[in-house]
Amino acid sequence: MKALLGRDLRLAVRAGGGFGLGLAFFLIVVVLVPFGVGPEAAILARIAPGILWVAALLAALLSLDRIFALDHEDGSLPLLATAPLPMEMLALAKALAHWITTGLPLVVAAPVLGVLLHLPGQAMPWLLLSLAIGTPALSLIGTFGAALTVGLRRGGLLLSLIVLPLYVPVLIFGAEAARRGAEGLPATTPLLLLAGIGLGCVALLPFATAAALRVTLR
Amino acid sequence: MSIWSYANPRKFLDTTAPWVPWLMWLSALVLAVGLVWGFFFTPEAERFGSSVKIIYLHVPSALMAINAWLMMLVASLIWLIRRHHVSALAARAAAPVGMVMTLIALITGAIWGQPMWGTWWAWDPRLTSFLILFLFYLGYIALWAAIPDPDGAADLTSVLCLVGSVFAILSRYAVNFWNQGLHQGASLSLDKQENVADVFWIPLLVCMAGFVLLFLALVLLRTGTEIRARRIEALRNRARRTGAVRA
Repeated sequence: MKALLGRDLRLAVRAGGGFGLGLAFFLIVVVLVPFGVGPEAAILARIAPGILWVAALLAALLSLDRIFALDHEDGSLPLLATAPLPMEMLALAKALAHWITTGLPLVVAAPVLGVLLHLPGQAMPWLLLSLAIGTPALSLIGTFGAALTVGLRRGGLLLSLIVLPLYVPVLIFGAEAARRGAEGLPATTPLLLLAGIGLGCVALLPFATAAALRVTLR
Repeated sequence: MSIWSYANPRKFLDTTAPWVPWLMWLSALVLAVGLVWGFFFTPEAERFGSSVKIIYLHVPSALMAINAWLMMLVASLIWLIRRHHVSALAARAAAPVGMVMTLIALITGAIWGQPMWGTWWAWDPRLTSFLILFLFYLGYIALWAAIPDPDGAADLTSVLCLVGSVFAILSRYAVNFWNQGLHQGASLSLDKQENVADVFWIPLLVCMAGFVLLFLALVLLRTGTEIRARRIEALRNRARRTGAVRA
């Protein structure tokens, strides 16, 4: 599993891996918002937690179809399936690699973009915490969606159609935690619920992902 | 003789095909009775005026929107566990019906909401979760349509239906939480069934029965169509193979 993780990370970081693409997308969405809603600091500060969460979600979505597509194209997916590693662990490793290459940079970049949107300083730790807890769930759900649509032509659009409704609970609790943090309200309840969803995803979704992969490889 | 004998597509078709027209007529009759009764022979509720009458479309369609998804969930489980093709096809057949029911519930709700709440749409928990349910139907149907291999499509959509059910329930409660955070207990939703008097309740029950019959008829009809389509496909493939052998 470690070898697979290392391989995926190296592939993502090296040329053509698309590393940083999600980050750039995150930046562009956040920069576009003030053009859409106007530059008043008060409005931007109010909607900043929601905007940052939605933008992070879309940025994570952008790179999902690469999780299995490249391995499927060059034929290494069947090889990975016949490896001694159980398929569930393969799914988990893929999700982890996706999180490290996409989710983690988003978490790190979020405070900088929060400054752009006049996010109050007291909200920063809550935003970071909610993103850090929520993005692994996004990666896991996305890996499941990618496994469902791997090998399909025009899979990308279908993938977003399938995955976005599944993202709703994560988005609600994540953005709610960040919003409460920004307004100085206690934010532990949504954070705990978010963590619950995340842990549930870790526990259950690799099995669904593995089941979908087995069907695709049959 | 167990219920599983109907997993044989031919037996299923032979048994259900004669039923479909009867079910259609029966549902038309029951719906006509229920709707005419509801629209013309119930008093106007105080506070609501005549706008309350849309309840006879709104509540049954909302009921069937959820029940259709439950039926798809059960059918998906049966397919994954026992590999009965009829079950997978029934799930596929139910999805568009359920989606249209969801749409009817949303649209009639908007039409009702306009005079009652003064708005076509509010981000009320119940409304929002129905919109999310609609998105789930969209994704499910799109996945069926996108996969060429029928067995693979049945497997993948079944897995999606299982995972989707969990997330749909999660969304239902998450949305509740989210809206409380915004509206501080101000609920737009009416507790429909509790304060409905018998005068309205009985025609409503008739309408619900009509919608259930309509759903059954449509799903049986569409499942039959899917089975026949699958059969034609198999015959074509066989013809192509034997043709190739001869040539």
